[in-house]
Amino acid sequence: MAHWIPLQIFHFGVTASFLIESLLTTCVTDQTRPLPVVHCRDIRKAFGNMVAVADLSFDIQPRSCFGLLGPNGAGKTTTLRMLLGQSPRSGGVLEVFGQDIDEGRKTIRQRTGIVPQADNLDPDFTVRENLSMYGSYFRLDSKVMSERIPGLLDMVELAPRADDRIETLSGGMKRRLTLARALINDPQLLVLDEPTTGLDPQARHMIWSLIHQMKRAGKTILLTTHYMEEAERLCDELIVIDDGSLLAKGSPAELIEKYCESDVLEIRGEVEEIPIDALPQAWRTEKAGDSLYLYANDAQGLVQLSQRLTDMVCLHRRTGLEDVFLRLTGRALRG
Amino acid sequence: MSTLAPPRFRLESLAVWRRNALVWRRLMTASLLLHFGEPFLYLLGIGYGLGRFVGELDGIPYFTFLASGFIAWSAMNVASMESMWSVYTRMVPQQTYEAILATPAQVDDIVIGELLWCGSKSLVSGTAILAVAAVLGAVNDWTALLAIPVIFLTGVCFAAPGLIITAYARAYEYFNFYMTLVMTPMFILCGVFYPISSLPGPVQTAVQFLPLTHAVEIIRPIVVGQPITDLGFHLAALIGFGLVTTWIATVLFRRRLIQ
Repeated sequence: MAHWIPLQIFHFGVTASFLIESLLTTCVTDQTRPLPVVHCRDIRKAFGNMVAVADLSFDIQPRSCFGLLGPNGAGKTTTLRMLLGQSPRSGGVLEVFGQDIDEGRKTIRQRTGIVPQADNLDPDFTVRENLSMYGSYFRLDSKVMSERIPGLLDMVELAPRADDRIETLSGGMKRRLTLARALINDPQLLVLDEPTTGLDPQARHMIWSLIHQMKRAGKTILLTTHYMEEAERLCDELIVIDDGSLLAKGSPAELIEKYCESDVLEIRGEVEEIPIDALPQAWRTEKAGDSLYLYANDAQGLVQLSQRLTDMVCLHRRTGLEDVFLRLTGRALRG
Repeated sequence: MSTLAPPRFRLESLAVWRRNALVWRRLMTASLLLHFGEPFLYLLGIGYGLGRFVGELDGIPYFTFLASGFIAWSAMNVASMESMWSVYTRMVPQQTYEAILATPAQVDDIVIGELLWCGSKSLVSGTAILAVAAVLGAVNDWTALLAIPVIFLTGVCFAAPGLIITAYARAYEYFNFYMTLVMTPMFILCGVFYPISSLPGPVQTAVQFLPLTHAVEIIRPIVVGQPITDLGFHLAALIGFGLVTTWIATVLFRRRLIQ
């Protein structure tokens, strides 16, 4: 009989802890979604009198790809710099991995990978050394690095160039290396600031496929871009900002649905001759340069019109994020 | 963290030091040629040539007098050059610090890593001069090796004001002000070529406020093999200068790199 009592206590312990655990799990899942990786409430940044970012709020959910879109000078880079703790914010709540960005800077950095807009690979080192040097700033063990680096070089297809100097690489290769460098600490959050700007289509597609790969690997991605096609392909959710303020938030499909008609007819030529007043009231017209854009939920109507305009160049297509973007931020040129 | 807080040493700064050391190792031969070749020619030319006319100064053969002054000057010079031209290169054209700041390393680590690196470069160059001087017969005792840590300290202390200038710099030309207005006067006035006691009284007092004076006052007796007078005072002056300028440099770098 002697062994019975402890066993029973043990059993009770297990049951109790199981009960508490399941109770906790239920509470957590009932009350909240999983903790957002990035949580911003009314963050703002002012340089003297100039307000660069005004009361911006958004959350980035784990394992999602979040887009930060806006024209040049909209405040994207300033927002990113605040999120990365590279620029102190003037106000608001800013948490990454549930920690205040200022208090948890070091631990947040350990779990974040950054691909900056401008190339800042170390020109004094080779491809491989750039990775190991960067890892040393994370104080990664050399054993861990010697395991990781070959895999990263393979992933970005730079293994044959491992011992080459940086200046011998093409622009696309440098971007890929910068991406590999951002992964040296196996980050959970990957921040990409205009990752494909200035790249040729081949290089751009390669970066896109790498980003998809990162997403499948369960990483959370924050992306800024000027390319709406890129945002449409990659982002689960995005925000459009201009003049430092939020203009719109949602998935690419939601935004197109909300801010745009389903179809657009782009007409080039003597567009002044088109009797705009005679078009259906529901159609929206927009003029830019010598092009006229007709937005409507009436694909058939647009096609019929284009068939009548035989002496002009007409292009009919489904609307996309670019149309949303231009509608929200206007067609005026930015600095 | 307040931008005015004193600098904090963390191990990440050693990674910054290591980066520079690895780059230097690659170009080591050229660098060592400079560090050994230049003092060899200077000491031979000026030390022997001029020394024949000067004879002894303060009871020290001129060759030894000049060699010990050169060691201190070189520590200042090498650290200043590195903390201005090289640090600016890493900060602006290469954007190396921007990359480093995307990792857990912080501005303080960059500043301290660079200071240690500048001190290390001074150590190489100062030790090279010491070796050349020894080969040419200017050094009599192994105790001269005690100058090595002082050379390192001198380098670190002079790197900090260099970093202050760099924190404000918008172009390389900016450094000419510091070179002409600060470094050259110290080179001329702080006892590298002749004893301070030969200067007019008020100037003698004034040069006490120049840190190179104190570096020379410590390094020269060690190299020559004489007791150091007022070691505590000179060390305190040098270290105090280094600490204050390091603090200022850190604050300025935080402002320059984190906006």
